[in-house]
Amino acid sequence: MQLREILGKYPKTEDYLIEILLDYQKTKIHHYLSEEELKEIAEHLNISESKVSSVMTFYTLFSMKPKGQYVIQICHDVPCYVNDQNSILKTLTNLLNIQVGETTEDKMFTLEYTSCLGACDKAPAMRIGEKTFTALTPNKVKAILAEYRGKKHA
Amino acid sequence: MKTNSLDSLKTWAKSVRSDSEFRITILACAGTSCLSSESDLIIEMLQAKIDEHNLNGEVNLKKVGCLRFCGEGPIMFIEPDNITYVRVAIKDVDDIFTKHILEGTTITRLLYTSKKNELIESYENMNFFKKQFRIALRNVGDIDPRNIDEYVAQDGYKALGMSLLEKTPDEVIKIVKESGLRGRGGGGFPTGLKWAYTAAVKSDEKYVICNADEGDPGAFMDRSIIEGDPHSLIEAMTIAGYAIGANQGYIYIRAEYAISLEPLNIALNQAKEHGLLGENIFGTDFSFDIGIKLGAGAFVCGEETALIRSMEGHRGEPDKKPPYPSESGFRGKPTSVNNVETFVNVPAIILNGAEWFASFGTERSKGTKVFALAGNVKNIGLVEVPMGTTLREIIFDIGGGHPENKTIKAVQIGGPSGGVITEEYFDTPIDYDSLTAIGAMMGSGGLIVMDEDSDMVEIAKFYLDFTQDESCGKCTPCRIGTKRMFEILERLTNMEGEPADLERLETLGYNIKNTSLCGLGQTAPNPVLSTMKFFKEEYEAYAYRTKRTSYAIEGKKCIGCTKCARVCPVNCITGKVREIHTIDESACIACGACYDACPTQAILKP
Ligand SMILES: Cc1cc2nc3c(=O)[nH]c(=O)nc-3n(C[C@H](O)[C@H](O)[C@H](O)COP(=O)(O)O)c2cc1C
Ligand code: SF4
Ligand code: SF4
Ligand code: SF4
Ligand code: FES
Repeated sequence: MQLREILGKYPKTEDYLIEILLDYQKTKIHHYLSEEELKEIAEHLNISESKVSSVMTFYTLFSMKPKGQYVIQICHDVPCYVNDQNSILKTLTNLLNIQVGETTEDKMFTLEYTSCLGACDKAPAMRIGEKTFTALTPNKVKAILAEYRGKKHA
Repeated sequence: MKTNSLDSLKTWAKSVRSDSEFRITILACAGTSCLSSESDLIIEMLQAKIDEHNLNGEVNLKKVGCLRFCGEGPIMFIEPDNITYVRVAIKDVDDIFTKHILEGTTITRLLYTSKKNELIESYENMNFFKKQFRIALRNVGDIDPRNIDEYVAQDGYKALGMSLLEKTPDEVIKIVKESGLRGRGGGGFPTGLKWAYTAAVKSDEKYVICNADEGDPGAFMDRSIIEGDPHSLIEAMTIAGYAIGANQGYIYIRAEYAISLEPLNIALNQAKEHGLLGENIFGTDFSFDIGIKLGAGAFVCGEETALIRSMEGHRGEPDKKPPYPSESGFRGKPTSVNNVETFVNVPAIILNGAEWFASFGTERSKGTKVFALAGNVKNIGLVEVPMGTTLREIIFDIGGGHPENKTIKAVQIGGPSGGVITEEYFDTPIDYDSLTAIGAMMGSGGLIVMDEDSDMVEIAKFYLDFTQDESCGKCTPCRIGTKRMFEILERLTNMEGEPADLERLETLGYNIKNTSLCGLGQTAPNPVLSTMKFFKEEYEAYAYRTKRTSYAIEGKKCIGCTKCARVCPVNCITGKVREIHTIDESACIACGACYDACPTQAILKP
């Protein structure tokens, strides 16, 4: 969807800045907003660019840098931790060869922490895009990554 | 059709075909937790079979919210047979349809197995449900959240009608005050009092805000209520609007919960169609509307002043109080902010009376509390119990204790603001005040059970990492202090610490508590201070660098059976058959697989 269409969906007031940013970022493959887009949003709402970027940097769901096509968010909260999230994290960093906060060279995956995904009942959990994976084991993680890697070549 | 009297509401409620009029009713859980295990597809496939055999007149398949027993999900309750199936999978659909629905036989492999290995047919006999008492979750899992008829059949919107048609706003506030209801969002502030303050301020505009930010790790009760019984929240917010004199409400919900918005939006539209929300509710001159605002991933936005800033499109930084939102809140107007669970108690209070509600609970904490049980415990899920229930009852009677009968070392309550409670306090009746007295706090009700394998220093470090990351940065003690505390903890767990670090942690902790602006900073050191108090020796093991961090093999016990090497997921165990094996400690990810596999207990835990 075009930025203009999304801007048109909301009342033209600052109150809706966060909704607009969320809505538009969702349409982007690499999950970020560029300087130009930020400028356009600021102009539309008649606020300063620095206001928009200060809001963007405050909330973790926004990014001004491109991320991998698939953002893997590994739950970084205690219920998952006590259910052996550590071995899942180590499996991911080993297999992807990146640390948390980094993106793979082929721009396929970004690895991030997230706070509780509300799936603690089936911990440990992680999320890729909108899909939540639960009751993870190192082997399950291997299989999931293989599946996502396969998607690229399909 | 618009509803404009209690009589027409009653006629409507009576016209709804109840579950007992069907030959068979199947309640299938479609809460988020179960959706992640394909429950949607299972329900669709089952419905297709019912359609195919033209059985819609006698078989009532209902997609309900969370059935609360999430760890065993997806779940199906079958009435009137009184059978509960757990862990239902796609491959079970055929059997459920043919064997159960058509032939009426119970499928034993889908029954719940208790810890004593007994098969249990009905949820009524599961300990998990026996001790619970539901007020806030009264409809969650029983009604189809997408169908307003079902809510109305449970006396839904009757409390709103009674308030608008038979009571003055002051009378409504008086009932809420007398019930003793206190805020379930963490602070425990008396709800009636908050409403009275907001009602007393004169203003052309006022707002009712529902706090559905639910940031505490391990807590998912608010989400379950919104998904499973959205009308009760809508009804309660409208009652609050009438009581304080507001015509507009907002639900502030975290973006991660986008999936919960579908039933909520449907419910909002249905309520409007029936004249229960919007203009001239119940035909009176009172109008009230509800909008939705999304958060974007900032824990501090659960704090009410930060939440209001965020709703206005700003960075979610807390403001100094006073002024309280009840005087100057959203857009500078008087605003009452309440939590989801707090709200949904209100219709039940209006219907049954303040005295009824106050008859549950303890001296100063009335009613019930919903807890989210998680961690190392057999039965994971939502638990609603009267205030004053002991932790032992919750963990062992309802929770079924540890899944493998290991020792439970402590329970963490109150999330990143709370602390640990150890075995010796498991018999304390829990309410707001008793928890504060033992150095913990109610918080939003996340209860994380931790067994003997849990490393308390690591756990404290987790919470600190969380709070230092979530600190909004507005004030220095919280911004810099939590970072320093985290660094010390990191140093300790990397075996680079020293005994003096323990003292530093404590001093810093108390400083941050005393000088931070908002609740986040004021409570951030709690997980560290409380684990230090009860598990000092674990901190010392790190500080004196006597702690091991990977698994190891005790040579004299090893018989060289190779079992450990075969299960290790990172292949870091080497050794020939019948010779002593060794673990490459730098590669070990401490998963414990070898420990469980070894027949001679030769493997040492870290
Ligand atoms: C850091 C912080 C986070 C909070 N998060 C939440 C939350 O997620 N949900 C909530 O209802 N209250 C939260 N609160 C409490 C709110 O500030 C406020 O007290 C509450 O919404 C009032 O509603 P109640 O009286 O019904 O509990 C938080 C407070 C602090 C200091
Ligand atoms: S205590 Fe922390 S979160 Fe609260 S205002 Fe200060 S810096 Fe922000
Ligand atoms: S704990 Fe896990 S990773 Fe470490 S040696 Fe044992 S099996 Fe291998
Ligand atoms: S499983 Fe135990 S006995 Fe067998 S090789 Fe490993 S350590 Fe030795
Ligand atoms: S702690 Fe990981 S999903 Fe809740």
